Amino acid sequence: MTALLACGSTAAGFIGSLTGLGGGVIIIPLLSLLLGVDIRYAIGASLVSVIATSSGAAAAYVREGFSNIRVGMFLEVATTLGALGGAIVALHVAPGVIAVIFGGVLLYSAYLSFRAPPGDGGAAEASKLGVLLRMDGSYPTPEGPRHYHVRSVPAGFGLMALAGVLSGLLGIGSGALKVIAMDRVMKLPFKVSTTTSNFMIGVTAAASAGVYLSRGYIDPVLSLPIMVGVLAGSLAGSRVLTGAPTRALRIAFAVTIVLLGIEMIYKGFSGRL
Amino acid sequence: MRYRHKVTDRQVEWFIGGLLRAGVIAAATIAVAGGIGYLVRHAEDSPQYAIFRAEPDYLRKVWAVLSGAFALRTDALIQAGLLALIAVPILRVAVSMVAFALERDLLYSLVTALVLGILLFSLLGGRI
Repeated sequence: MTALLACGSTAAGFIGSLTGLGGGVIIIPLLSLLLGVDIRYAIGASLVSVIATSSGAAAAYVREGFSNIRVGMFLEVATTLGALGGAIVALHVAPGVIAVIFGGVLLYSAYLSFRAPPGDGGAAEASKLGVLLRMDGSYPTPEGPRHYHVRSVPAGFGLMALAGVLSGLLGIGSGALKVIAMDRVMKLPFKVSTTTSNFMIGVTAAASAGVYLSRGYIDPVLSLPIMVGVLAGSLAGSRVLTGAPTRALRIAFAVTIVLLGIEMIYKGFSGRL
Repeated sequence: MRYRHKVTDRQVEWFIGGLLRAGVIAAATIAVAGGIGYLVRHAEDSPQYAIFRAEPDYLRKVWAVLSGAFALRTDALIQAGLLALIAVPILRVAVSMVAFALERDLLYSLVTALVLGILLFSLLGGRI
C-alpha cells in the first residue's frame, strides 16, 4: 500500500507540475476514486503535499526576483481568511457535497487548460489603490528591470478570497485561480503572477492545515508517502519540461480530468464516497 | 550591521529562499526518519483508510505531537515532520513581518502581522 501510494503520488506530482495544475487536483481523485480512501483523509494528505511543493519551488523562485512580496502578502489576508473559513465549513458538510464541488472544480480546470496561454501583460496605467498600497514593482528581463503597475485590487482581493475558500474546502492549492486573479484581473505580468501565486499557495494551505490537523484529518502514515512522492514528482517535472506541454498531452490530460470530475460528481450525489 | 542600516527586499528574498529550502529538507528528513521507524515496527500492518475515524489526540494537538515525537513514538515523529512542514510557510510570514518592520514599512508590517495571526489561530485549532 505504501509503495503504491508513493508511486501514484510521484506520478501525480510529475503530471501536476507539467500541466501547472498542482498535485492536489490529481492526488485527491486518485486516492478517493481509485484507492477507496475516505475523501477527508485524502484532503489532509493533499494539503501537506501542497505545502511541500509550494515551499520547495518557492525556494528557487523567490531568489530570481520575480515574485511581488507586497502583492502576495496583501492578498494573503484574503486567501488565509478564505482558507480558514473553507476548512471550518468542510468540517460540517457531508463528504458527498465536497466531492460534488471538487468535481465541478475539475471540470472547470479542464476548461481552463484549453484556453490560450496569456500574453506578457502588465498594465500601462497605475491605479489609485495599487499606488496607495505600494504594489507596483519591477522584474528582471534580459534588457534590464521592467516596471509594471497593479490594477483592480478589490476585484483581485475578492477572487483571492474565493481561491482561499476552495483551497480550504478541498485541500488543493487553487493555483490556477490565483494566477487568474493576478494575471487577468490585476494585470500583473504572467511570470510575476505564477511565481507570486506559488509563494501564496503554501501560506494558504498552512491556514487550513492547522484546522484539519487538530480535527484528526491528517494521518501521518498515509500522508508521508504522498508528501514525499508529490515532492519528488514535481521536482522531476519542473526539470524535465520548462514551457507549455504539447497539445496532445494537454488534450489527453483534460479528458482524464473531465472523466474524474464526472465520476466525482456522480459518486458525491449517489453518496458512495 | 549598523543601527540605521536598512534591509532591502532583495536581501530578504535571498534569506527567505534559503529558509524555505532548509525548512522543507529538515521537515522531510524528520518525517522520513519517523516513516522508516514506523515501517520497521509495523511492517505487517495493513492500514485502513476507507472509513474515516479521526486521528487520536496525540496526533492532533501541537504539543501532544511534539511530546510524542520526543518520546520517539514513530507515528508522532512522522506527524512532527508534517507539522514542521506546515510551520515553514508560517515561519516565512514571520520573517517577512520582521523584514517589513526593519524596512520601517508600517503598513505592510501590519498586513503581515494580520496574516501571521490568522495562521497561528488556525494552527492552534481554529476554535473561537
